[in-house]
Parts: sequence; C-alpha cells; structure tokens
Amino acid sequence: MAIVGVVASGNLEALFERTDDESACRVEISTAAHGFQPLWEAVLRDFVARGAGGLRISINDGGARPDMVALRLAQGLRLMQGPEA
Amino acid sequence: MTHDELLSKLFPASHNVIVQDGLVFGGGTLGGSQPVHVIGVAERSFLGVEGAIALAKHVLSAVKGTARHPILVLVDSRSQHMSRHDELMGLNEFLAHLAKCLLLAAAQGHRTVALLYGGSAAGAFIATALACDTLLALPGANPEVMDLPSIARVTKLPLEKLQEMAAATPVFAPGLENFAQTGAVAQTLDPAGDLAAQVLEALSRPPASDERDRLGAERGGRPRAAEIATKVCREAKTA
Amino acid sequence: MSQATTKTQRRVSWFEATARQRLAALLDPGSFTEFLGPAAREISPHLALFSLPAQFDDGIVIGKAKLRGHEVFAAAQEGRFMGGAFGEVHGAKLVGLLRAAKAASRDAVLLLDTGGVRLQEANAGELAISEIIRAIVDLRTGGHSVIGLIGGRAGCFGGGGIIAGCCTRLIVSEPGRISVSGPEVIETNRGVEEFDSQDRALVWRTMGGKHRYLTGGADCFVDDDTAAFRAAAIENLAGRTPLTVSVLEAEQARLKARLRRFGTAKDGSEVWQALGVTNPASVPGMDTEEFLNAVRAVRESADDAR
Repeated sequence: MAIVGVVASGNLEALFERTDDESACRVEISTAAHGFQPLWEAVLRDFVARGAGGLRISINDGGARPDMVALRLAQGLRLMQGPEA
Repeated sequence: MTHDELLSKLFPASHNVIVQDGLVFGGGTLGGSQPVHVIGVAERSFLGVEGAIALAKHVLSAVKGTARHPILVLVDSRSQHMSRHDELMGLNEFLAHLAKCLLLAAAQGHRTVALLYGGSAAGAFIATALACDTLLALPGANPEVMDLPSIARVTKLPLEKLQEMAAATPVFAPGLENFAQTGAVAQTLDPAGDLAAQVLEALSRPPASDERDRLGAERGGRPRAAEIATKVCREAKTA
Repeated sequence: MSQATTKTQRRVSWFEATARQRLAALLDPGSFTEFLGPAAREISPHLALFSLPAQFDDGIVIGKAKLRGHEVFAAAQEGRFMGGAFGEVHGAKLVGLLRAAKAASRDAVLLLDTGGVRLQEANAGELAISEIIRAIVDLRTGGHSVIGLIGGRAGCFGGGGIIAGCCTRLIVSEPGRISVSGPEVIETNRGVEEFDSQDRALVWRTMGGKHRYLTGGADCFVDDDTAAFRAAAIENLAGRTPLTVSVLEAEQARLKARLRRFGTAKDGSEVWQALGVTNPASVPGMDTEEFLNAVRAVRESADDAR
C-alpha cells in the first residue's frame, strides 16, 4: 500500500494497492471536475504503458492538472516498487 | 424562559444566584432539597478572558470545599468574545482552563450539569455547556457553531440552498433539535413540568463515561463517530 | 532571518511538510503503525452533500509509534485538506486514539494543524472537539502526557486552540499561530478597525508562535525544522506530572496574573515591552537563536501550570 498527495486545490491523492491480477491496472477516480474524461484517459494510458499491472489505484481529485496527475502516479508507482511497499 | 423565571422554578425557596456583567455566580437548594453551586453566562453575553477566569475561580472554590455538591451551569450566551484584546491575552488558554476546571470538578466527584435555556455558540459553548457531564436544554434554546448566513458566506453557497440542505441533515445547521440528534444534548426538559424535579432526576443518573457519540449514533445525527472511535480502539489493541 | 547557519544537516520545513512527512520525521524511523489508514477508506459521509472531494484518511493520520524508544500514540492533522478542520470522522479518529492511549497507558503527541470546526459538518466537529478535550483530560488526570506541536499551514484556530490549551506541553515554531477567533473571524464580526486580517505582522504579534512563547501560551519555541520538533518532543515528553486540581489552581493564578500585568496592552509589542524585552520592535525579525537569547530571562513560563 502507498499513499501520495493530498486533496487540495490543484492537487490530488492517490492510493496504491496490490491486486492478484498482474495483467490489469484498475483506476478509480473521484472528482468534482466534470468533462475531463479524455484528459484523464490520456494521462492514464501513458502511465499504464510503463507497466502498472497488479495495481488498484484510487484517486481523490482536488482539481489537479495533468502534469500533477502524472507526477503523483509516478511517485506512487516508485513507492510500490520500493522495499517497503 | 428568562433567567429570573428559570431561577424561581429551580429554586422555589431561595437562592443567592447573581448576574454580574453577564456572568452567573452563586448557589441554591435545588427544589428545596439539593444544595448546588451555580455558575453560568446570562443575557446572551459573549465569553471572554475576564469572564472565563471569573467562572473558573468559582468552580475551583467549589472543588476546594469539602462537600461534593453538584455544579449547575446555566447557559444563555453568544460565542467567545471575538476581539484583539482577548486573543492577545490568549483566550484559548482561558477557555481551556474553564473547561478543564469543570472536567476536574467532575473527576473529584461533583456532578456537573449544564442547562441551556438560551443561546450558545462556538468556543463559549465548548468551555461551558459542553464541558459538563450532562447537558440539559429547554425548548427554544439555540446552540450553534455559526449562524447560517455566516456559513453561507464561508462556504460560498446560497443561503436558500443551505436552508434546503439543513432540512435534510442535522450535521451542520444551528438549533436544539440538530444538536440533540448529534448527542450533545442528553435530554430536553419539559418547561410546563416541575423543572427542579427534572434536573434532580438527571443529577441522579451520572453517565459512566462520555456517551455522546453513542447517543449521536442512536439518534441518527452522527452516524459514524461512535463506530469510528470504537474501531480505532480495537485496532490499537490488536496492533 | 539570519543566513548564518553552521548546521550540516539539511533543514526540513515543518510548515511545508505534509502530515505524513511530519510523522515520519518526528517519530523513530519505521516505528509508526497507522490505525484506520487510507486503505480503510473511512471518508467523511457529509462532504458529498456539498460536492466537495473526500480524502481517504479524512485529513488526520493516527497511530502508534516510538519516540526515542518510548511508545507513544500520535495524530497529525493535514492542514491542506479542508484547512485541517474537524469533521465527524476526523474528530472521531482523534477521540478514539486518545481513548486507546488511555487504555494502553501511553502518552500522546498531537501534531495540530487546523482552522477549527469544518463548517459543512459543524455540529459533529464541535462535539468532537468537546469529546477530544474530555479524552485529553482523562488521559492527563491518569498521569499521561499530551504534547501538542504547532507550526503548520493552517495554524491552530477555533476549537483547535482550546484543545491546545488542554495539552500538557506545547511546542511551537514561528509560523505557528494559536487563537480561538481567527483574524478573518474577528474582522468579519467586529470590523477592520478591530482587526485587520490582511496585516500579517499584526496577526503574528497577536497570536504567532513568538508571542505565545513569550507569554507562556507555549512552552518551547523551535525552528521551523522537523528535527527541532523531534528533539523538543523528546525533551518535553519526559518527567511530566498528572493534571490535578493544584495544577489548575496554579493556572488560575498564572492567567489572572497575565491579565493584571498585560491587560491594558493594545498590541503584542506593548506586552513584550512590559515583559522587559530590550528592543520589542526587533522581536519579529529575530532568528530562533537570537530570539531565545533575547527573551530567556524575561519570558513568562507556564511552569507546568497548564
């Protein structure tokens, strides 16, 4: 398990948990900002392509921009690959 | 109910309760049978540093006495006194001190019972009525954290929308019924009945511990608090 | 602030750190076990009504850990989520932690960073604060210490300030502000003549860490540095005595004396002048070392009357 970020304006938190299914990465996003689905999908496609199988990622969004989303996802993934995760 | 009407109902024989600068001090024999110490805030006054220290002094002198008479806290206040002077002096310490005095009095064997018959808000509410073991109220009492127009300003929501939401949940809007549902108010008294007898009855049932979260769950005003606190205690035990 | 520093360690700002980073820096490495962590997803049931996003830990991280080998219960508020304010779940987590500390006979450290009550769940938040105060008093009368650490973004306002006043000891840094009514609250209710909330220097002279330390509202003043907070927490945890009626009698005398001595002062600088600080106007600009040297002999100590 790993948690990164906080729910504040322009920021988000992402909770990373392991699953048994190595072939899938499940992402749940909770956001009050509507109409940004294509943007989320683009950021997530990039992220998953780098190998995020076996993860469940739950996001609470405070209105983060795509670069912040990418940063938090990368931070979380690094923690999950670390020795303590 | 006015302060004087309240006193005459609680102390039909006699009492020596006085109001000075909106603060209440004294004592009496509740219903003619049970001696009690009395403190409080009256006349919808604000509670500031001077008021808090004066009330705390009265609580401490009650604790110093040999008899463990109950302490009755009569509340009709506004919020804490909001001023530069009060904050410069450290109002947080003064209000904390008053709350600690009431809680220590209870730990020393005094029953502490508050009777909310008017308003109270925010820090003044925390340091007086909410610092007693049992909070009783009379219909018409109006506890609040902040009035709805101010909440509307801070949350940037239209007042009409807030009023609509307040009807759906007791968790944020002012009022006795809402606070009762969250478990803050143990019991709302019947003003038509014998008030002294009702307070005496409440005095005879001291809560064993802080039951307010459990009450809030039963009454539906705080659906999660009791369960969360219990879960934490359970995890702490097994961790 | 002076630029001269001989410290070789890199300073980590307490103010800038998140709640989780503060806990990691404060406690013995790897010793923290979280209770009701984010994976439990115990979010606020009330924020959705206001179309506000939730956070998995509801803005407070609680658990047990070691502080230089001594087992403590710890809680850290996240000042960046909803201003660190107390809601139903947030508050109940701290209530539960303090009750658990009592059951386990442990001291508690509270990393306070809060604007007060969360207005969207105001009644639940207010009541939680009252329950927290009662639980702190229970813990303290049982002989355990509750140490408050204040130096975060949100300060320590509203009911949070009252909670601070119930702690055994308070550690504060310069950015730490402690008060009941915040600057905006005073200005909104009483007008800009009473308090200009935009005047940052005034805010710090009235409720800032230095003023609180000078008048006995805080016991320890440290750099905005996680290592300094850790050292102070270890030092202040040791050798405390239980909360008793005599402690409160001493506090009564201490607060009464404060009003007698400084009650007519209109400004923090007048209080510092009356205390005997040599050059009160220079206080806000002093770095921690200068400040501690300048005020050591004249500051009002709470002397454990808290």
